Amino acid sequence: MVIRFESTTKQYPDGTVAVDALDLTVPSGAITVFVGPSGCGKTTSLRMINRMIDPTSGRVLIDDVDVASERPARLRRRIGYVIQHAGLFPHRTVVDNVATVPVLSGTPRKEARTRAYELLERVGLTAAMGDRYPAQLSGGQQQRVGVARALAADPPVLLMDEPFSAVDPVVRHDLQAELLRLQGELGKTIVLVTHDIDEAIVLGDHVAVFAEGGRLAQFAPPEELLASPADAFVAGFVGRDRGYRGLSFATAADLPVEPVTAEGTVVEGLALVLDDGRPTGWRDPDGRLLPTEGTHTADDSLRVVADLALLSPAGAAIRVDAAGRAVGLVRQTTVADVVRQRQRSRLAVGAVGGSAG
Amino acid sequence: MSLDYLLDAAHWSGPDGFPHQILEHLRYTGLALLIAMVIALPLGVLIGHTGRGAGLAINLGNAGRALPTLGVLMLILAVTGVGLKPVIGALVVLAIPPLLTATYAGVSSVDRGVVDAARGVGLREPQIALGVEVPLALPVILGGVRSATLQVISTATIAAYVAQDGLGRYLFDGLAVRDYPRIVAGAVVLAVLAVVVDALLALLQRVVVSPGVRPRAGSRRRTALPQPER
Repeated sequence: MVIRFESTTKQYPDGTVAVDALDLTVPSGAITVFVGPSGCGKTTSLRMINRMIDPTSGRVLIDDVDVASERPARLRRRIGYVIQHAGLFPHRTVVDNVATVPVLSGTPRKEARTRAYELLERVGLTAAMGDRYPAQLSGGQQQRVGVARALAADPPVLLMDEPFSAVDPVVRHDLQAELLRLQGELGKTIVLVTHDIDEAIVLGDHVAVFAEGGRLAQFAPPEELLASPADAFVAGFVGRDRGYRGLSFATAADLPVEPVTAEGTVVEGLALVLDDGRPTGWRDPDGRLLPTEGTHTADDSLRVVADLALLSPAGAAIRVDAAGRAVGLVRQTTVADVVRQRQRSRLAVGAVGGSAG
Repeated sequence: MSLDYLLDAAHWSGPDGFPHQILEHLRYTGLALLIAMVIALPLGVLIGHTGRGAGLAINLGNAGRALPTLGVLMLILAVTGVGLKPVIGALVVLAIPPLLTATYAGVSSVDRGVVDAARGVGLREPQIALGVEVPLALPVILGGVRSATLQVISTATIAAYVAQDGLGRYLFDGLAVRDYPRIVAGAVVLAVLAVVVDALLALLQRVVVSPGVRPRAGSRRRTALPQPER
């Protein structure tokens, strides 16, 4: 399901231009994030996809069909919709909330409920929660129900308007991880609106940065956004630490690792202390035990390794295997070399270099 | 003792007895409320859902409260002549403002996020109004129904002024012949009737309002959320 904006413009009667001649193709089966400051037209653009708002000129097409040619209610039942605060129906039980769209579309209630209970487990809740009312759930749980409701009719397209903005950071992180996990299984075409550039970078396969006045400033994969912002606005919006944050997209697997030996490993005068192969600390010449500050695996990002190398008293990040046993070390200097090579090859190509993809 | 009239068994049977007059009183009340609800509830839902005509609802509500019931009765009497019609008409005019205001206020105060979600997942406008807004506004709407009912029950005494029936009969007849126990009896029965009817409506409210909907301003009773069954 490819969503295409063709010079889509939304101007309000008072003259305000919310979206200005937007040309954008949202790729199929991936998460595309619309991000930007408030009033930049990102939500308006999202809402034009399911006709919650109709454009004043231009078109929005889903798989080459103009959405304006469809009846709004029918169109919306084929598009999942998740909003901030979930927007659950307080007077209906959780399971009936989830079953809303299938029941509207004519699925027998019993069948729809059975599937709804399954969906609750799929989004990380228990089937027993289905019999509660939304007010009896926490904000994070409600948002999961909101996602389950959007998925109930198995729509190919999912629209999410600031879905995780109203929950606390810890829950937000869980929900983001859950969304990525679900997307790994489902492969929906997802459009997600957020004002949080970090969320955009974590979740987006592609990120559309909107500027004030409804202008699309840049549309690119997140690593490209960090590495080469299109203009000063994007650079400013993406914020500081672009280089460091860009390391999130590189894997630690390709790093050269110095082996850890059984006889003892000494770095910068500190000896790595192992307990049954697991690192417990660094011992300094005076015999004091300093903390390891954490470990990483080959699946972690370059950013994690760089951070550990900076924190480590020995200036070396400890690589462990799946069982938690130390297998090697990555020194600060190694990380710096790899980063420099990475950046040089990227600039030589003139575009995106290697990535975690 | 002034309760003599009330406690006299002779006054509890026959065409002039309390049971008959209570039923007559409830007939007026019910009829007037029914007509008022048929007019005010759909109108209130429509105004609350669309947001159009909100000024009308508010002004009508205020104007309605300012209208003297007896004045309205006389006005309708002058037009239609003596009988049941002017009484019902006056009671309907009295009942519409609280019903309209409560329904409009209840529907329009439903969380916009919920309405947006309802529209976004593909509910049509009537489905949003009847399937989402009305159930959520029910505590407020029923609050309006209860307040309208109380007003109509107490005001239906004026029926006896132009027609011969209803509990107002005891008041007007009692006054005419200075039979105070009769007045007291009428007043007591009327008060008890009002309380009983209100209690029944409160019971109805508990039954029809979803446990997921916490009562808001305008409703009188708090319904605790039951614990989940499993």
